[in-house]
Amino acid sequence: MADEIVELNEGTDGLVIVGIQRRGVQLAQRIVKLIVEREKVTVPQGALDITLYRDDLQTVGPRPVVGPTEIPVDIDGKHVVIVDDVLYTGRTVRAALDELADFGRPRRIALAVVIDRGGRELPIAPDVVGKKMDVTPGQRVDVFVEDLDGKDAVVLASRSG
Amino acid sequence: MTPPLGKDLLALEPLSADQIQLILDTAEPFKEISERHIKKVPTLRGATIVNLFFEASTRTRISFEFAEKRLSADTVNVASTGSSVSKGETLVDTARNLEAMRIDMVVIRHGASGAPAFLANRIESNVINAGDGTHEHPTQGLLDLLTLRDHYKKLKGLKVCIVGDVLHSRVARSNIWGLQKMGAEVAVCGPRSLLPSAIDDFGVRVFNRIDEAIQWADALNVLRLQLERMQLGYIPSLREYNRVFGVSRERLERAKREVLILHPGPMNRGVEIDSDVADGPFSVILDQVTNGVAIRMAVLYLLSGGKPELAEKAKGEA
Repeated sequence: MADEIVELNEGTDGLVIVGIQRRGVQLAQRIVKLIVEREKVTVPQGALDITLYRDDLQTVGPRPVVGPTEIPVDIDGKHVVIVDDVLYTGRTVRAALDELADFGRPRRIALAVVIDRGGRELPIAPDVVGKKMDVTPGQRVDVFVEDLDGKDAVVLASRSG
Repeated sequence: MTPPLGKDLLALEPLSADQIQLILDTAEPFKEISERHIKKVPTLRGATIVNLFFEASTRTRISFEFAEKRLSADTVNVASTGSSVSKGETLVDTARNLEAMRIDMVVIRHGASGAPAFLANRIESNVINAGDGTHEHPTQGLLDLLTLRDHYKKLKGLKVCIVGDVLHSRVARSNIWGLQKMGAEVAVCGPRSLLPSAIDDFGVRVFNRIDEAIQWADALNVLRLQLERMQLGYIPSLREYNRVFGVSRERLERAKREVLILHPGPMNRGVEIDSDVADGPFSVILDQVTNGVAIRMAVLYLLSGGKPELAEKAKGEA
């Protein structure tokens, strides 16, 4: 995925990698590490918490924990790549796009996800995908990352589980 | 999911340590929003909030207003002068009329202790107490906690002394409850005439001399001395008050260590606090003001939304 991002961007100039809290941030960190190792450059990295941009606050109420948002560089005119673990309805990405727009006007925003499980409710498509899975609405896809969960894994679970 | 704080924020006394912790933790990410170029998030878009201020206030009212606007809520300010309140309308009638215009939240400051609770029981909107009589000022208590936690990275075991007119102070009460719930040790220091006669029931230490309080404390929360207290005979004179209880640089230097200085404002420089302390290296008085906006954003956010009937409806559609 790191290679694909570099390819998509035609190099690492102006590249900014932004992870969505929480697992997206860990995954973004790894992607940045890989790019830095291979291309011998530095790539700025940020984190977004989209809780405050959700469209369901009035129905489901406040999420208990709001994580930090950190955009360390000016994103005007940059190539921003949003990184998240699972792409499902697209509502999280919609919120992330809105939040990024409050920080500036990137030249381009791309989306990289580890798992695309289908089931979109908005016209949003990923640019870089780790794996596409066909998952029914009754099932849940959990991506585990070493730093938060102690293991790297993708688990398909039934909704109740 | 029920809102984590319930419908209203009326006081810190009924809250659990977990709830206070949640508000403080939620305030952290909100600090960053006020540092952005575009200081606004769409979280409360479409919500209408009325700021009902029956008592003079600059800091608290503006702080609430900034918090509301930075969350994209629509706000209306009602002051008692210049509104139908001055024509004798009762509090409930005022609020019911506002509710008839479809509002979502009321922020109320009132001279009578218990007025926000009275209102909260009678209207459906969320009610936030912005200071009621001599009862509580919960968001001030919370921002004091946040400021202390920012500095010391903990609240448990922290020694905080509240100095001055504890008797009339809602800030003191919110601080005592909040600090004790979070495991801090609380003391008060002031003239006996300005301490509640039942102060022992609060479970706080009492210092009669400011120098002993400074020796003991990690932080002093210096209360404003209402100037009319002198006319009412609580203290002999402002000069004497300053000499006996005023927080001065000389007194702090004798402590030979850092003692953090908080003050809820507005300050009477030269009465309860000397200028070189208020502007000195240990003063976090302006940090308190900055944190006030983040705390109020967190409270507004945590009280908002979560209408169960809407959630059911959305589920039915899915």
